[in-house]
Amino acid sequence: MGFFNFHKNTFKNGIHPPESKDETNDLPIRQFPFAPVIILPMAQHIGAPSQIVVREGQEVHRGELLAKAGGYVSVPMHAPVSGIIRKIANVPTISGKMSPGIFIETFPFSTQEVLEGNPIDPDTATAEEILQGIQDAGIVGLGGAAFPTHVKLKVPEGKKCETLIINGIECEPYLTTDHRVMLEQESDIFTGIKYLLKATGAKNAIIGIEANKQDAADHLAKHIPKELPVTIKVLPVKYPQGAEKMLITSILRKEVPSKGFPIEVGVVVVNVATAAEIGRLLPHGRGIQERVITITGPGVKKKGNYLIPVGTPLRFVLDQVGVDEEISEVYMGGPMMGVAVSNLDISIVKGTSGILVFTGKDVDRSSKIYPCIKCGACVDACPILLNPSKLGILAKFEAYDQMVSDYNLMDCFECGSCTYVCPSHIPLVQYFRLSKRIVRKREAVKKEEVNA
Amino acid sequence: MLKKTLDISSSPHINKGRSTDDIMKNVVCALMPVVFFSFYSFGLNALLVILTATLACVLTEHFLCRLSKKETTVNDYSAVITGLLLGLTLPPSFPLWMAFVGGVIGIALGKYIFGGLGYNVFNPALVARAVLQAAFPVAITTWHPALLPDRFSTISGSVFTWPFMQPQFDAIAGATPLSAFKFDGITTPTMELAFGQISGSTGETCAVIIALGGLYLIARNMMSWRIPMAVVLSAFVLSGALYLFNRELYPSPFFMVFSGGLMLGAVFMATDMVSSPITPIGLWIYGGIIGILTIVIRIWSGLPEGVMYSILLANAISPHIDTVVKNRVYGTNRKMKAA
Repeated sequence: MGFFNFHKNTFKNGIHPPESKDETNDLPIRQFPFAPVIILPMAQHIGAPSQIVVREGQEVHRGELLAKAGGYVSVPMHAPVSGIIRKIANVPTISGKMSPGIFIETFPFSTQEVLEGNPIDPDTATAEEILQGIQDAGIVGLGGAAFPTHVKLKVPEGKKCETLIINGIECEPYLTTDHRVMLEQESDIFTGIKYLLKATGAKNAIIGIEANKQDAADHLAKHIPKELPVTIKVLPVKYPQGAEKMLITSILRKEVPSKGFPIEVGVVVVNVATAAEIGRLLPHGRGIQERVITITGPGVKKKGNYLIPVGTPLRFVLDQVGVDEEISEVYMGGPMMGVAVSNLDISIVKGTSGILVFTGKDVDRSSKIYPCIKCGACVDACPILLNPSKLGILAKFEAYDQMVSDYNLMDCFECGSCTYVCPSHIPLVQYFRLSKRIVRKREAVKKEEVNA
Repeated sequence: MLKKTLDISSSPHINKGRSTDDIMKNVVCALMPVVFFSFYSFGLNALLVILTATLACVLTEHFLCRLSKKETTVNDYSAVITGLLLGLTLPPSFPLWMAFVGGVIGIALGKYIFGGLGYNVFNPALVARAVLQAAFPVAITTWHPALLPDRFSTISGSVFTWPFMQPQFDAIAGATPLSAFKFDGITTPTMELAFGQISGSTGETCAVIIALGGLYLIARNMMSWRIPMAVVLSAFVLSGALYLFNRELYPSPFFMVFSGGLMLGAVFMATDMVSSPITPIGLWIYGGIIGILTIVIRIWSGLPEGVMYSILLANAISPHIDTVVKNRVYGTNRKMKAA
């Protein structure tokens, strides 16, 4: 927080990392080549993995159902390419865990046309039919979390959704995916909003966009269909405004209760690319085959915003765009919350919003860790108003219970602002990530003991 | 084909690129004008006192690190700050050996014994000064007039007092505005206080230069603006109320705020990050305690000045302020907990 904080139109605290979006925000979305082999992991979303319904040796058409949802919190998977299933085996994922996966050999001369399914008409379909359609299309949050969208949209009994917020913030540095989607897929976005309004019962929709994407805001404002209750709200640039809770506070001046969901303040938030995907797929009854991904970073030669089939191996992607000899780290997602890739044999998944390549000199590894001098920079950065300094000290002493009970550890959503600003280079959010996992594990063990 | 092995690390993968020693270096920079003014005002005497205190702190820190077989921590500049601050709170013709002892005590007992940078409970410079005040009550209250004509050519005899000997002070001793007020009932005009044409500790006399140093640090986001604001405001309000109550008995709030070590204390001592609270409300409380205690000590105690003891007391309370006063975490409210 600065000396004066006059920006009433935003949430408290937060940080201003360099945006680094200039190199790709003017580049239109381009179709990426089809990889000779597509490797499709079944665990690409939060929830149960999809269950494979095809067999080895089977020929599949692009858009064909390959796997059905593994439960309510799960989505089906569709063929990203036309080809032949060579193998069904475990494949590596970014978390390091193996997941069941399908290897598809792409037909080299296929036109890669997409199968039509059962269209859903936004005017006649019921809310349930739309939710089912969204699940059937395999749609998950494309902002990065990859949470099945139909679960999020389902308004629980006794709650009411007043406002639908479309998240076009894209506060992560480097990423320009949503920016391009807003500039190029406006009709899909508005069709998607139409479905979403119906599915949630919300009266109106607000598209939140940060001021560094004014062109996208203007473009969308010009194309709002007459009968659609949509407004556009341009917000000052600040990280992590793209986080649901922060966005709701910025737009509606409401706070989502701790441990609660946006629906408790009558809001559902959907990422703008997710809305566009719904608007593109549902009228044709299709499933997700590809998504827009920003490939950028100092180590990439052909930077850009690409439409890449899900399941494309990362190694193929990097070979196509060309990377620097001195490549050091590759991240999936942005530099603030993205995950470092340990293995290039993983695939692009539905939640991949960006691929960032850093060379050795971009990664600051030499910085020495000093003791905490209680400067309070982390306290002034934390959007949830936690005390990261104190939490960091407690984490060092493994005082996890106190972190949870006295310092609201579980409210931390790991945006990394504290680590970003810390002059002593203390890996605060890294401590918290670990602490949260340990706490969850302990709780699970406790529960098991009670049940046993 | 890519063959290189990748490195992995946990996000975030970028940082602000500011480090603790950057902050410390900037504090040293902000203190430089104060040091120069001190030299201008008190001449060679003051310069020698400040240099000695700084040298003592740096040497002690280095020696203690060596002793405990750790990498030396003098490069983080925190010992330099302690030394400068100690030097700036001592009288200009203070014996050098005493200043040196002060520096050693500040680092050894005020900081290193607690675990070094980041762990000290009290501001090390003030710990040193408190010890000096107790040990050498005469030397630390013998003031030297400002702007003497021969200040750049001669050095007072007391400065070079032989170690463990009592200093012989020159006949021309001045009174600080606060002691002049306390013991003789004379108030100094505010303009003289603000621009430092007065006697006092080497670094405390020019309120304007101190405030400018503070503004620089605040503008660079390297200092909490709340602490100096809270100290000055609370001192001003309390002394103002007393002044309105009885103009004969109590000095004007401007005199109180600009005299003595209040400005130096508010800007450079109370803002020591390690020994102050961390939450915004905590900072206000902490600053308020310092401002009010200072006025209380100045007016009702036997001492003319109370900034040092108020800050040390507030330092002691500061961890407790942090435990009691917490930020209201997003999505919670204090009432909800009771329900």
